[in-house]
Amino acid sequence: MIMKNNFLAKITELNSMEQQPTRFGYADALLELGTREKRVVVLDADLSKSTLTSRFAEKYPKRFFDIGIAEQNMLGMAGGLSLTGKIPFVTTYGVFLAGRAWDQIRTSICYADLNVKLAGAHGGLSVGPDGATHQALEEISIMRVLPNMKVIVPCDTRQARLATLAAAQMSGPVYIRLGREPIPVLTTQKTPFNVGKAQIMKPGRDVTIIACGLMVYLSLLAAQKLTKEGISCEVINLHTIKPIDRKALIASAKKTGAVITAEEHQLAGGMGSAVAEVLAQECPVPMEMVGVRDTFGESGQPWELMKKYHLMDGDIAKAVKRAVQRKK
Amino acid sequence: MTYKAGSGHPGGSLSSADIMAVLYFDIMRHDPKEPKWEKRDRFFLSKGHACPVLYAALAESGYFPKKHLATFRQLNSILQGHPHRLKTPGIEMSSGSLGQGLSIAAGTALGLKMDGNRSKIFCLMGDGELQEGQIWEAAMAAGHFKLNNLIGIVDYNNLQIDGPVEKVMGLAPLADKWRAFRWNVIEVDGHDISRIKSAFIKAGQSKTKPTVIIARTIKGKGISFMENQAGWHGKAPNKEEYEMAMQELNG
Ligand SMILES: Cc1ncc(C[n+]2csc(CCOP(=O)(O)OP(=O)(O)O)c2C)c(N)n1
Ligand SMILES: [Mg+2]
Repeated sequence: MIMKNNFLAKITELNSMEQQPTRFGYADALLELGTREKRVVVLDADLSKSTLTSRFAEKYPKRFFDIGIAEQNMLGMAGGLSLTGKIPFVTTYGVFLAGRAWDQIRTSICYADLNVKLAGAHGGLSVGPDGATHQALEEISIMRVLPNMKVIVPCDTRQARLATLAAAQMSGPVYIRLGREPIPVLTTQKTPFNVGKAQIMKPGRDVTIIACGLMVYLSLLAAQKLTKEGISCEVINLHTIKPIDRKALIASAKKTGAVITAEEHQLAGGMGSAVAEVLAQECPVPMEMVGVRDTFGESGQPWELMKKYHLMDGDIAKAVKRAVQRKK
Repeated sequence: MTYKAGSGHPGGSLSSADIMAVLYFDIMRHDPKEPKWEKRDRFFLSKGHACPVLYAALAESGYFPKKHLATFRQLNSILQGHPHRLKTPGIEMSSGSLGQGLSIAAGTALGLKMDGNRSKIFCLMGDGELQEGQIWEAAMAAGHFKLNNLIGIVDYNNLQIDGPVEKVMGLAPLADKWRAFRWNVIEVDGHDISRIKSAFIKAGQSKTKPTVIIARTIKGKGISFMENQAGWHGKAPNKEEYEMAMQELNG
């Protein structure tokens, strides 16, 4: 789906962009669902003030359950609630949700195909100073490998809201990755959102950049700069990593003949790997991947970490040039 | 079933057989013709490996024809090696990874209470299974949320795969542990039908707390050479053993 002009905000340097954390969009959506969809219940594991489920708790105390610091039980109880027709949204930091309770998600949620929604807050390096223990860099891999699971990484707070509303309408398990830090608001009030449909944020000829989350903004920024150097980049927002939009990826790779993926996540098994799985089989083209390279994070300010781990627009631009070189 | 399959878990199925018989034929309100009836009582087999006894109870109740029992663990069977809710009529939940069932049961109990549904929720656990931390997370939550519609049953046969539970990783004093987690505790001989029945009736009358029935049982109960033998946890009988066992059961 190619975005119309009024579907995308004006892309400028970071400090002049409107910014908001994606967890805000999640919290807003839950409040809307509170009135609209009585079956929605929310569970948290003693992090409701950070994940912002506290806002739902204040307004709908009878439909909010703090399960305490017991993630495995939280997933199971959510499963049980879903068996009675509720739509549970389970929320805590991504590391503790996807990692700590992986077997519960596998057996009790995915195998049983229960209607449980998972929101992994503080994904990526955005949790900053807390350091490696709190920085979720593996959830996309370990969630997308599970049958029945769907995985969504919204590119901004507006999209996080839409993804949350959409998840409530879908049946079966969904994982949504949220972030702690404010990130640029790229989409507009008018931008549509369809689960499983990749969005072409900017059409281009020479190379395709496929990104998710915050990396969509950085890819657009890189693309703008590369235009001036005569390289035309197509930028795709792959917000739904599973089910993956094979058609859109193949069409774009065929058109441009080179692909870059960019994610705030481990390269192994992540969004880039998911893209490579499709393209290697259907349309192999030179590919470069931007992401975290088999290392843990560390304490630091989020943007310092983004630089140190080579996840900035400049890093994407370099990858683009390498890919363009390989095309020849 | 396990003889035909050539694999499976006879020991822990036999130790739960009397409990299951009381539940399915005396205690639970359920309708095999309408497995999703809203007002039914729910049963969760947390110790999923004991599914032969659950499949037998379901078939006997009429959830599916008994001929399926001979297909247990075989390709394309509706009877998987561990319970799967999407394959077998009457199975409420998939299980097999130990320690997860009580959380599911607690969530169900909470959801039904929210709706003012007065159904009861039963959850059968193994004693070895209680070594899983998640069980105690769930126990804590059920006590906290005052889930008086939840009834746990521990099949206290004192055996797990590697030997006696007290030797592998001791649980005693088990009743005190549950009480400390804000549960009612009823201790009962798990092979005394009338006592099991009265335990369930008493458990069903709790006003503010979940109840656990600690059922003292014999692993492999009813088949002399299997009784109290850790080796019969996860092994199928051969032809000779099968015939001996059937003779004892029918005898
Ligand atoms: C999480 C998990 N770990 C290990 C196993 C393998 N396993 C299957 S049964 C069993 C022993 C269970 O002992 P107990 O709970 O006492 O069951 P029972 O004696 O009633 O058969 C083990 C370790 C498993 N199914 N799940
Ligand atoms: Mg045992």
